[in-house]
Amino acid sequence: MTTRPNVPFRYALNAAAAAGLYIVLMILIRAKVLNRYQALMLIPIGFNIILAVSLNLSAGFLGQLPLGHAGFMSVGAYTAALFSMSVSLPTNLELPLALVLGGLMAAVFGVLIGLPALRLKGDYLAILTLGFGEIIRVIILNLKFTGGAYGLKGIGRQTTVTWVYIFVLITLFILNTLIKSRHGRAILSIREDEIAAEASGIPTTYYKVLAFSISAGFAGVAGGLYAHYLSILDPSSFGFMKSAEILVIVVLGGLGSIFGSVVSATVLTILPELLRGFAEYRMVIYSLLLVAVMIFKPSGLCGRYEFSLGDTLDDFFTLLRGKLKKQEPVARKPATPEPAAPEPAKGK
Amino acid sequence: MTPILDISHLGIKFGGLQALDDFNLQVQNREILGLIGPNGAGKTTVFNLLTNVYQPSKGKIQLTGENIVGKTTHEVTRHGIARTFQNIRLFKSLSVLDNVKIGLHNSMSYSLFSSCLRLPSYWKEEAAAAKFGGELLAVFDMERLADVPAGSLPYGAQRRLEIVRALATNPKVLLLDEPAAGMNPSETAELMRTIHDVRDKFDVAIILIEHDMSLVMGMCERILVLNYGLVIAQGTPDEIRNDPVVIEAYLGQQEEEKEKIE
Amino acid sequence: MMTLVYLMINGLQIGSIYSLVALGYSMVYGIVKLVNFAHGDVIMVGAYTTWYLVSRFSVPAWIAALVSVAVCSVLGMLIEKIAYKPLRKSGRLSLLVTAIGVSLLLQNAMQLLFSANPRMFTNIFTGTMTIGERQFSNATAATIAVSVVIMAGLTLLVKKTKIGKAMRTVSEDNETAQLMGINVNHTISFTFALGSGLAAVGAVFYCCSYSQIQPTMGSMLGLKAFVAAVLGGIGSLPGAMTGGLCIGIAESLTKGYVSSQLTDAVVFGILIVVLLVKPSGIFGRPHNEKV
Repeated sequence: MTTRPNVPFRYALNAAAAAGLYIVLMILIRAKVLNRYQALMLIPIGFNIILAVSLNLSAGFLGQLPLGHAGFMSVGAYTAALFSMSVSLPTNLELPLALVLGGLMAAVFGVLIGLPALRLKGDYLAILTLGFGEIIRVIILNLKFTGGAYGLKGIGRQTTVTWVYIFVLITLFILNTLIKSRHGRAILSIREDEIAAEASGIPTTYYKVLAFSISAGFAGVAGGLYAHYLSILDPSSFGFMKSAEILVIVVLGGLGSIFGSVVSATVLTILPELLRGFAEYRMVIYSLLLVAVMIFKPSGLCGRYEFSLGDTLDDFFTLLRGKLKKQEPVARKPATPEPAAPEPAKGK
Repeated sequence: MTPILDISHLGIKFGGLQALDDFNLQVQNREILGLIGPNGAGKTTVFNLLTNVYQPSKGKIQLTGENIVGKTTHEVTRHGIARTFQNIRLFKSLSVLDNVKIGLHNSMSYSLFSSCLRLPSYWKEEAAAAKFGGELLAVFDMERLADVPAGSLPYGAQRRLEIVRALATNPKVLLLDEPAAGMNPSETAELMRTIHDVRDKFDVAIILIEHDMSLVMGMCERILVLNYGLVIAQGTPDEIRNDPVVIEAYLGQQEEEKEKIE
Repeated sequence: MMTLVYLMINGLQIGSIYSLVALGYSMVYGIVKLVNFAHGDVIMVGAYTTWYLVSRFSVPAWIAALVSVAVCSVLGMLIEKIAYKPLRKSGRLSLLVTAIGVSLLLQNAMQLLFSANPRMFTNIFTGTMTIGERQFSNATAATIAVSVVIMAGLTLLVKKTKIGKAMRTVSEDNETAQLMGINVNHTISFTFALGSGLAAVGAVFYCCSYSQIQPTMGSMLGLKAFVAAVLGGIGSLPGAMTGGLCIGIAESLTKGYVSSQLTDAVVFGILIVVLLVKPSGIFGRPHNEKV
């Protein structure tokens, strides 16, 4: 069995890395290495990461493919926007409250939709969630207080890089700890074999709905960030196309890899901006990529690989030590021959 | 002595077919019981009814005095009936240890909240589960394989892992569905020792479905014979071996097959 | 009372189109157990082909329609060969994702070629007829009549011909069919071609009554037809036909009596109710996983 890593050290390491990355980003922005436009790009990267990682929970870890993720996103977006428009609190209190509220509302919708939908499997579940997503859109389109087809205007532009960064960290932390707990294993067991999971004492319905609503909840948080970034909401932007776009990110990154989703969300958000001239080809390239990945590497670019800073450093140091050990004997051969002494010597 | 499992008048119909009818059985603690019969006799149906994969059309199942009909499969497992499957069902891409830990799910109690915040209860129970899981695997000589994906194990080890996972749920009754299927004679002999060990170390009653007569006759204390959904005989291996009804059910079938060939 | 009759006639018209498209979904699902997301977009390709031939080359409408049937059949076969066949052995999830990918590809490629702007499509069936006090386009009658003929023909094809028998066998059990000497690959190709051809017929009729085409037209039409296939029992041909007509009538009644904005919600509402009450649909057989 593997040795257990030093837990407090690992936490300190990850916290330091997260803080370090934040400081680097801030310095880059202050020093104008990233211009205003590029700095603003960090925000969509952030909410796309949250969207992708949250969809991955139900598609990659639970193994049920929902096609209505944009629906949950819209619930969160509208809830958060309507909340922040109706109260006037200090920004640093208003935004997180709005986001949490949006997330909770989306999670409630996740339960309401998940309970009936998760009785079905595979394609049927996909289609049913697609149906629900469309219904949510049509309802928002026909409601008065959501602004109907005109959309919702005048939402405060409160989403900052810092807030996005904080919520991305929270999302990654919670999903990571969830997956590595007994609850996460229960969710994974459903993906692997539902009948065996049930026979092993896992209340599968409970865990399906749980995973589904957590997934919906984080989509809601991302929706809230989106609303306070664009300051305008339009129901038509939450259609099936948006759900499909998030799915592309997740599948390319690898179903079941949080790390993959993060990388893929980052790359697929930056890429179209780099290739501005190719804007019209964007979706064609996306869809070609999607089909090609499914045919040639169905597990996505990262498979189920998870990045762990601690493990990587451990591996790195082990490798380094190994290298040093090999070099040592060469350097000090005359003085201390012991390290290089071959095994059979002892036998004699 | 009161039986730990008491099944009375159990029956189920699929459409017009009476797949099982008037099935009665009392199982004592630490008993090893065989369930045999030709293909399609209703053996696996008994298992599916006991674990409530199917709901019976009639009858009662009492586990340590409590009626378990109408409960869901995972509730039945928590009450103390664990099973393996005819066609192995492991969590293939998860590690061997994780497979066992999933069986230990209900022996842990830390909440979603403490798992997301990694509170002390998480660390304590996870460490205990890893330790206990490792010990369980050690009983079956599999502790070295703890980190291997279950799907990459050799066939025999997969069957053993299924038994370990079932045992992890702390059952009172263990149902084994054709544990020796696909095994060669020496593997079967080893399996027989394992099953005896399991009974002795874990204090469980074992019901097993098996076509391998050497295994059934060699280790079961009592045997039930099913045919067309009905119990046609029960008794000790010797009684069953000489029962004319059983011989007819098996041999009669062979005769029919001979006719078909000719 | 007469309003109801008119609404029913409209419903039968759009319902026939849904039926034609739903047949494609149902046959493909029956044979490869895949919800062919790209099916809706094959309809769109059919519509654009007809429109292009008629408006740019002034090809007679009926020839254009036949050409688009051929184009769609080939397209359906190609999609299966290139995108789905390599994945036949992998999971259903991968297949579904691939189908979504193909659907996005067709839509966006068409957008590049002809822009996202809607194009006008002139009705092939000129002239009107009067029923009661209201006038109906000849397209209405043509749609219903042709659909009935096609469905009858299809039923005969599946029931009586050799290839029909092969289709039924493959959908029953792919591997056994192979052992019985049936060329599974040919059968699957044929099914895709047939389904896509029917979609093209549906596309022509759809354009005649709605007169506007755009690259995204296929997704909603396809989804509704899929709902129809599920309602009738996916995998069942009479189911797809009945389901299509039911959805068409339900939609038309909602438009007439409730609100035209809510038709989509009603259709998906039907889907949800069907899936929850009887997932196997009207004509489908329930399917249980063996333990």
